[in-house]
Amino acid sequence: MFYRENGQFKTSYQADQQIFPITQDRWAILAIIAFAAIGVPLLVDEYFYRAILIPFLILSLAALGVNILVGYCGQISLGSGAFMAVGAYMAYNTYVRVDGMPLIVALLAGGFFATLVGLVFGIPSLRVKGLYLAVATLAAQFFCDWAFLRIGWFTNNNASGSVSVSNLNVLGWTIDTPLEKYLFCLGFLVVFGLLAKNLVRSAIGREWMAIRDMDVAAAVIGIRPMYAKLSAFAVSSFIVGVAGALWGFVHLGSWEPAAFSIDRSFQLLFMVIIGGMGSIMGSFFGAAFIVVLPIFLNQVLPALGTLVGVDISTATVSHTEYMIFGALIVWFLIVEPHGLAKLWSIGKQKLRLWPFPH
Amino acid sequence: MKLRQLALAAAVAAAGLSSALLPTVATAQAKEQFFPVLVYRTGAYAPNGVPFANGYVDYLKLVNERGGINGVKISFEECETGYATDRGVECYERLKGKGATVFQPLSTGITFALTEKAPADKIPLITAGYGRSESQDGGVFKWNFPIAGTYWVAGDVIVQHIIKKEGGADKLKGKHIALVYHDSPFGKEAIPILQERAAMHGFKLSLLPVTHPGVEQKSTWLQIRRDRPDYVVNWGWGVMNSTLIKEAQATGYPRDKIYGVWWAGAEPDVKDIGEGAKGYNAITMQHGAEPNADFVKEILSKVHGKGQGTGPKDEVGQVLYVRGAMSAMLGVEGVRQAQERFGKGKVMTGEQVRWGLENLNLTQAKLDALGFKGVLRPISTSCQDHMGSAWARIHTWNGSKWEFSSDWYQADEMIIKPMVKTAADKYAAEKKLSRRTPADCQS
Repeated sequence: MFYRENGQFKTSYQADQQIFPITQDRWAILAIIAFAAIGVPLLVDEYFYRAILIPFLILSLAALGVNILVGYCGQISLGSGAFMAVGAYMAYNTYVRVDGMPLIVALLAGGFFATLVGLVFGIPSLRVKGLYLAVATLAAQFFCDWAFLRIGWFTNNNASGSVSVSNLNVLGWTIDTPLEKYLFCLGFLVVFGLLAKNLVRSAIGREWMAIRDMDVAAAVIGIRPMYAKLSAFAVSSFIVGVAGALWGFVHLGSWEPAAFSIDRSFQLLFMVIIGGMGSIMGSFFGAAFIVVLPIFLNQVLPALGTLVGVDISTATVSHTEYMIFGALIVWFLIVEPHGLAKLWSIGKQKLRLWPFPH
Repeated sequence: MKLRQLALAAAVAAAGLSSALLPTVATAQAKEQFFPVLVYRTGAYAPNGVPFANGYVDYLKLVNERGGINGVKISFEECETGYATDRGVECYERLKGKGATVFQPLSTGITFALTEKAPADKIPLITAGYGRSESQDGGVFKWNFPIAGTYWVAGDVIVQHIIKKEGGADKLKGKHIALVYHDSPFGKEAIPILQERAAMHGFKLSLLPVTHPGVEQKSTWLQIRRDRPDYVVNWGWGVMNSTLIKEAQATGYPRDKIYGVWWAGAEPDVKDIGEGAKGYNAITMQHGAEPNADFVKEILSKVHGKGQGTGPKDEVGQVLYVRGAMSAMLGVEGVRQAQERFGKGKVMTGEQVRWGLENLNLTQAKLDALGFKGVLRPISTSCQDHMGSAWARIHTWNGSKWEFSSDWYQADEMIIKPMVKTAADKYAAEKKLSRRTPADCQS
């Protein structure tokens, strides 16, 4: 009843080609952004910002980047953690080595260097595919772990190999309260989210999808595999790199290579798979699932225990958390192999007919 | 139909869970001093993390049995970090909101991350024996307290012990010491002090990193077999330690030439190897395994005796258990000291506890009264010195238990002080901080 595009006639090319052609979608997106920027700050406390919302925003951004590569272009990558690390460390280096470097430029520089590294490690994708490519991108992970641990230059010759940043500010706006950090990350996410959404429906996005669906056929109809694959690697690692820089700068404040370990790569891949491959929205669902659910379980299980009069030990909580989490992943993949985003689009379909499905 | 059932089930579950969550939020105690407990009872470091956590919690329970801190009872909550920095940060944020007054991160990575956050939240960090070595400089690190030892103290004392064994500093010339370290900020903390000492005495130092979690050491030991260093210093944690000793056994490297950091000198590291680890040494930041200490007996009778104990009874008094208890004691005594100034029998804020930790004066008489007789030496901190004591001993595994094998050593201030100052100044410059003024020290 509320969600149907009947009667929305497009009279110009511009109207026909906008990002969200359906009026309701447009309003919904505006409402979500407005809620995130204005409503959320009125509702939540500091813990929520720091422990849930900020990690969620940053990892959504990273998942978005990975989704472009894995979901849209079909190139399985296990090197996302490494690209995050490159983003974080190179942003750090740009930030501390160049005097008076603006924060945003430093973060984008992190993304830029991640792009370069992504391109280098994307080259094998021209020859190897599927699982073999995943293994090849693992090399990126190990190489970056090694480089940031061993090469003193990257960490500004810090004895412990851990780096830290503080006093973040953008054009005189000091970012130190959780709310400011949240808004800062939100700004990045909105900009990159809209850019990505636009990109995947452009010519280049369609090339990626053609390559994903069948690369031989794509090549036959005139899509250059090298260009398509490498551009997917470049765009993806740029976004992932910026997310990594935000993770280090805004969320952790001080980090070491372990913050971007192989676990992080897997986590990002799971986000994409659970959220929905080839869906921008799916990146957000996946990130929410992976970030929020463990924390939720971790807090709810002891509370549930006390409710029924059982004192659950910390270790048991942690183990149960893993078990439930793992079981839920399997359950979701069986029930909805196309990810949470598919549920979302089914919901949208049903809404079109509601309340008269027949 | 199916979808509707699903939605219904989800809604019911959500409602149940949220109602379960509410009561815990509502029970914020007013008259209790809240101690957050960051632990890792799972993951690669659990074998060592569990006894530490048990000791920490048991000591807090003991304080309550003794009547609290001047009547203020302690409440506490555990949070599992799994040694991961991001989970540690989440725990910090979660427990901070519940009125936490002092944090003990129990991981160098988490310490680094919290060092950036604690000053803004006005919560002190105790990193007893670990964390950033330069944070003993209270002039720069106002909120960090590496009480009773840092990694630089540990590294320095190990070299001192080797000098003593060799029979003079000049004998070290041309010798070869290999540092096998956990490739993380924790492991790297050892490098500067050993390099400093190497330059001083002219011994060769080779650095052999081992990646997390440390089960893969074949190539490292191949190098050791080839170079045959005179001593091996083990800067490991968790499963890395037992692997290292097994590799040493396989390589035929004498175990009595290996010195571990205090994270690498506890029962879980050696007990499965038993005789094979005989002769293996480790540094202790003052205490070792203390089954006969007074406070251990008190915990056994007052906490375990009442069925309130955490973990197995026979582990009470082991090295890491004592470490946990001692760390808890430092936090509790910080609160007690703060009460001296800000009002006895009151709940202290983080800022007040910080003052207490900075003016900690644990004399031998006080320590004895707390049950730490023969376990610890006096600790007294000040505005400039957040460490308060630089004593250490070496203990050796005799095949079935840890025994002290050296006298007390004190870390060489002449070496460590300039290093601390340089590193702290570098940190301050990076952060654009200025040193605290004398007036700030009074506050």
